[in-house]
Amino acid sequence: MTWLILAALVWAGGWGLNVALSRSALAATRGGRLLVPAIFGAVILFVWEAVVRGLNVPGVILPPPTAIAERLVENVPLFWQDFQQTFLKGALGGYAIGCSAAILTAIAIDRSPFLQRGLLPVGNFVAALPIVGIAPILVMWFGFDWQSKAAVVVVMVYFPVLVNTVAGLAAADAMQRDLMATWSASYGQSLLKLRLPAAMPFIFNGLKIATTLALIGAIVAEFFGSPIKGMGFRISTEVGKLSLDMVWAEITVAALAGSAFYGLVAAVEKAVTFWHPSQRG
Amino acid sequence: MKSAGPVLTVLIAILALWYAGAVWMNAQWVRDQAERAGQTVTWEQIVPQTMNQSRPVLPAPHQVAVELWKAVVVTPPTSKRSLIYHAWVTLSATLLGFAIGTGAGILLAAGIVHNRAMDMSVMPWAIASQTIPILAVAPMIIVVLNSIGITGLVPKAIISAYLSFFPVVVGMVKGFRSPDAMQLDLLKTYSASRMQAFWKLRLPSSMPYLFASLKVGAAAALVGTIVGELPTGAVAGLGARLLSGSYYGQTVQIWAALFVAAALAAGLVIVIGMVQRVTLRRMGMLR
Repeated sequence: MTWLILAALVWAGGWGLNVALSRSALAATRGGRLLVPAIFGAVILFVWEAVVRGLNVPGVILPPPTAIAERLVENVPLFWQDFQQTFLKGALGGYAIGCSAAILTAIAIDRSPFLQRGLLPVGNFVAALPIVGIAPILVMWFGFDWQSKAAVVVVMVYFPVLVNTVAGLAAADAMQRDLMATWSASYGQSLLKLRLPAAMPFIFNGLKIATTLALIGAIVAEFFGSPIKGMGFRISTEVGKLSLDMVWAEITVAALAGSAFYGLVAAVEKAVTFWHPSQRG
Repeated sequence: MKSAGPVLTVLIAILALWYAGAVWMNAQWVRDQAERAGQTVTWEQIVPQTMNQSRPVLPAPHQVAVELWKAVVVTPPTSKRSLIYHAWVTLSATLLGFAIGTGAGILLAAGIVHNRAMDMSVMPWAIASQTIPILAVAPMIIVVLNSIGITGLVPKAIISAYLSFFPVVVGMVKGFRSPDAMQLDLLKTYSASRMQAFWKLRLPSSMPYLFASLKVGAAAALVGTIVGELPTGAVAGLGARLLSGSYYGQTVQIWAALFVAAALAAGLVIVIGMVQRVTLRRMGMLR
């Protein structure tokens, strides 16, 4: 009971603090904008812990955050192995292949308006489909190891990146293209110096969407069969054993990996498209 | 309609590639069979034999078409072999979850727009949540709810609600903020209350954003339901069809289920698109 009262108090206190902070002058600063969500996250974690303890929720339904953190620290080598298998090999490998294939395809069909008019609606349509469904087929074709996961990721990231790159290559406006033409720039020169740079904000939009898809594809593909390591394998077997603290720990790893990956791509975007209005702030 | 020709060309090219792939990938099996029988086969003999294997590596398009015809039209929808039955199981969970997720998302977005503390606390997390693979929690939600006695439709609906929730929150916050300062000021000069400003200005002008995020949310909800059907031990639904197909090597069954899933996704997006067009035209936002 004391835990529940404590949870209610911390919730009320944290919320009051955030309301006060968001009205104060601090809210306009960078520190304030980080502090408020951090307080909110910490309060949620504490309330979770306190409610689980206060109501004696069994660990097979919802483990408390401290138990999850404990598992995470205890099994670092195991999680590192899973991370290597699923993220570094499956997701990252597939992401690199799929994105470069998509960008190359977009450049290849760029010279043919006919192919563009044909491929774009198809690409847009496929991008909305539940592509993870092909995972069982690709697992059959490429075996249980990371190659099949990379193949799923390739297919998942291909279409969003393709559609965005094609849109991006059309972004340089007629005046700029005419200018390149008056300088008698070749196709290659105008592609490299004008159109690809102008397409970068669009390409990175596709690349950022693809980061999440890559991780989802690699994890879900492991539900259909995998060697005895990998994030998806760990999640499905530990769920089977009802050791939910391990599952939550693995999900934490996946969340951290996903955010870091997205953050990395966003940082590269910032460096590459520093000239774009959305980056100049 | 001027893109009909190119699209058709691309589709025919895909079909041709598919046939070529089927010949190429299934040829090995034919060669193995021939070798076991002590015969040699030529390409003219291989090609027809790659078209109608019972467990091909890559089924030819017409095999999938036949399976689809059998499972959708011939089999009565009440049978467990009918894909209509499985599609309905998946669709009903998706729609329930989608409705819950969208409703909750719009409510939270309305709260975020009107409460600064909520905006600053929740919004960064809602954005960050889009970069993490939420789908990974699906098996856990299913098993945990199973263990406390909730089975069937609800656990899957919870997953799809969860997946469609965040895109709607992020999209609708943008939508509710889309009226510009001039319009908000005008309402202030009319001494409109915040509620009136919400119903008469913010909500109507958020409609384009609503439909864009509904399309994303519907696709996400469908994926969520399909993945949610995997760990239940392949009971019913398109996800279960995929899983049992992969257990028993029934590739034709997998492809048929995939096509039905694709049709569901396309259907959802098309229906939302139609509602969008009608709504926006009636509101005068579409020329």
